[in-house]
Amino acid sequence: MSLTTKLAVLALSAMALLPMAAHAKGTGYVFVSHERTNNIAVIDPKQDYKIIKWIDTSHRPRDMNFRNDRHQLLVACGDDDVIDVIDVATLKVVDHIPTGHSPEMFELSRDQSKLYVSNEESSSVQEIGIKDKIIEREFPTGAEPEGIAITPDGKTLYVTSEVDDMVHVIDLKAGAVIDNIVVGTRPRRFLLMPNGKDLWVSNELSGQVLVIDRATDKVTATINFLPPGFRQVDVTPVGMTMTKDGATAIVTLGRANHVAFVDTATRKIEDYVVVGNRPWGVALSPDEKTLYVTNGLSDDVSVIDMASHRPIRTIPVGRVPHTVLVDD
Amino acid sequence: MQAVAGALGVAALRPIAMARGETKPVAVMRLGYVELADDPRYADRGEIDGIVFSDRGRPYEGGQVALQEARAIGRVLKIDFEMERAAGRSVDDLVQRVDAWIGSGNVHFVLADLPGSVLLELARRLKGEPVLLLNVSAPDDSLRGADCLPNMAHTYPSNAMLSDALVQYLVAKRWTQILVLQGPAPEDAAAVASLRHSVKKFGAKIVDVKPFVLSRDPRNRTESNVILMTQGDYDVVYVADASDEFGRYVPYQTALPRPVVGSAGLTPTAWSWSWARDAAVQLQHRYEKLAPGRRMNGAGWAAWAAVKAVTQSVIRAKSTDFDPVKAYLLSDKLTLDTVKGNPGSFRPWDHQLRTPLLLATGNAVIATAPLPQFLHQTNVLDTLGIDAPETACHF
Repeated sequence: MSLTTKLAVLALSAMALLPMAAHAKGTGYVFVSHERTNNIAVIDPKQDYKIIKWIDTSHRPRDMNFRNDRHQLLVACGDDDVIDVIDVATLKVVDHIPTGHSPEMFELSRDQSKLYVSNEESSSVQEIGIKDKIIEREFPTGAEPEGIAITPDGKTLYVTSEVDDMVHVIDLKAGAVIDNIVVGTRPRRFLLMPNGKDLWVSNELSGQVLVIDRATDKVTATINFLPPGFRQVDVTPVGMTMTKDGATAIVTLGRANHVAFVDTATRKIEDYVVVGNRPWGVALSPDEKTLYVTNGLSDDVSVIDMASHRPIRTIPVGRVPHTVLVDD
Repeated sequence: MQAVAGALGVAALRPIAMARGETKPVAVMRLGYVELADDPRYADRGEIDGIVFSDRGRPYEGGQVALQEARAIGRVLKIDFEMERAAGRSVDDLVQRVDAWIGSGNVHFVLADLPGSVLLELARRLKGEPVLLLNVSAPDDSLRGADCLPNMAHTYPSNAMLSDALVQYLVAKRWTQILVLQGPAPEDAAAVASLRHSVKKFGAKIVDVKPFVLSRDPRNRTESNVILMTQGDYDVVYVADASDEFGRYVPYQTALPRPVVGSAGLTPTAWSWSWARDAAVQLQHRYEKLAPGRRMNGAGWAAWAAVKAVTQSVIRAKSTDFDPVKAYLLSDKLTLDTVKGNPGSFRPWDHQLRTPLLLATGNAVIATAPLPQFLHQTNVLDTLGIDAPETACHF
């Protein structure tokens, strides 16, 4: 064990949630959570996409986010009602933050002191103070809340309710739901456009991405998907990400087994790329040269070259891969 | 940003009471639920062994789950969703109750957990009244065919859909030579009639139909002994047994080593507790909270879907009035989350809800129908059940 690692372990046991001196900056690792094998695969693209580590987590790990300048990886574990805290340097679970029933997706506040967690089975979003692990506020939502987005100014929180086909608008200062926007069927995830004006929401069952104008809370545009050879009912968009310049969005199409590349300015679909079975999770490498897609029903991750839009690799992972996240 | 809570849609909802505080509902959407007090379908049986195996629980709790889901959104939209339940001893009872609901309680959408013949009589007597009966448990093809009525819609799958789902699977497996064991109940005859139609539609063959009786009398052995009844040549045994008393003894007793399907073995159904995809587990958990010790069955799912169809239509039509809500519910705009993949909507030609079906054993979903091999020019779900060109329903 190197001195650095020893120091890290000591620091962890003492104060797991505080920033640490030792860290693994720039690992380039790809993290994949698995709902059914209760672990996270750590893939190193530099070692020919080898899985260099399996991190055992609490049960049913799903959404993941980095914290503390990527020193920590947080993962929501739906069946144990906790968010596990993973130390990125040692790739070990070092702490747990209790949540409500069945946490699915979450976001951090701008200052990273709070978590906003959608609890799939208790119809609420909780605001959790990370330091004291205290549920500070709870906002009622429709059934099966899922996607969460926080505006860059930190003032507004958006939450989808999968069952009730709504986007709730929560004013974080007032601590209240201030608007409810009826969207498509089974709304899942968000993408906040860099212009600050548009909020995209994927609607799994009606097969669309809707564009919400944040100024008026009105749906102003609809993006429909139909990869060649598929029927509308098979198009079930869920996950979304975009390039840093906001020019291109990538949407996973679920049962249609494709991802779509969308020009965000014209909202036209530029390309469809075939991936594995039921893609949901999607993430870009920091250099934006590579796209990673989790295929929930074929237990693998598709690696796509962004320049050519060609799939270059399929990595077998654990059972029911959910979220993919790339360290830089 | 609009500063008014729940601004969307509320303006269009009929205000029944002014909102005085945050929690006051501004509109009430009340549904009805009728059932037969002594419905023979739910009678305890156990005629052979005195043990009741199948879940014959009523579907009411399924509707309650959807109501609970709607209440979450009702809180923010200021709509109070409620459901009134009534059990009648006769059609007269039921007519009286529904009439009273329509008259005073503003109830226009009524879930019906009734045997097909009772439902038909009720619908006929309510003809012309502002009510839509939502059938959650009767599979009769005739209700979607020659006997159809515009004031009935069906979230429970028809016999035609159920047998189509099963035969699609058999054809996909190339188990096309079917030996049928048919029970004495009228429901068994109806199921076999649907099977004949499905077999013709998808290209399988019924090699023989053997009637069975519940008996241990040795003189009845040609009609009660599974080994004797399953001699011959076939790929699969289909059992039509509404009693559930005979069918469960057919698997593993057949003369040839062949799978058993229908009422026993691999069963086509609207719901199985072992379905785990498309947010099914979450729905199952919500159901088990309301109905401890039970697991949702096909009729429970149909009640859930019926309430869900109404509440979704209220939200989308932005109204609690009968006409706009009914118009939305029966339109192609409805995108009902069936929790089985494909979204559901009602067929305009017979008011049957389109839904995928599950092919399930006692503890596993083996396949979902429609099978990918079966295609349709507009909606693959219309490969299950009676399609527009062949319907006998004329509203």
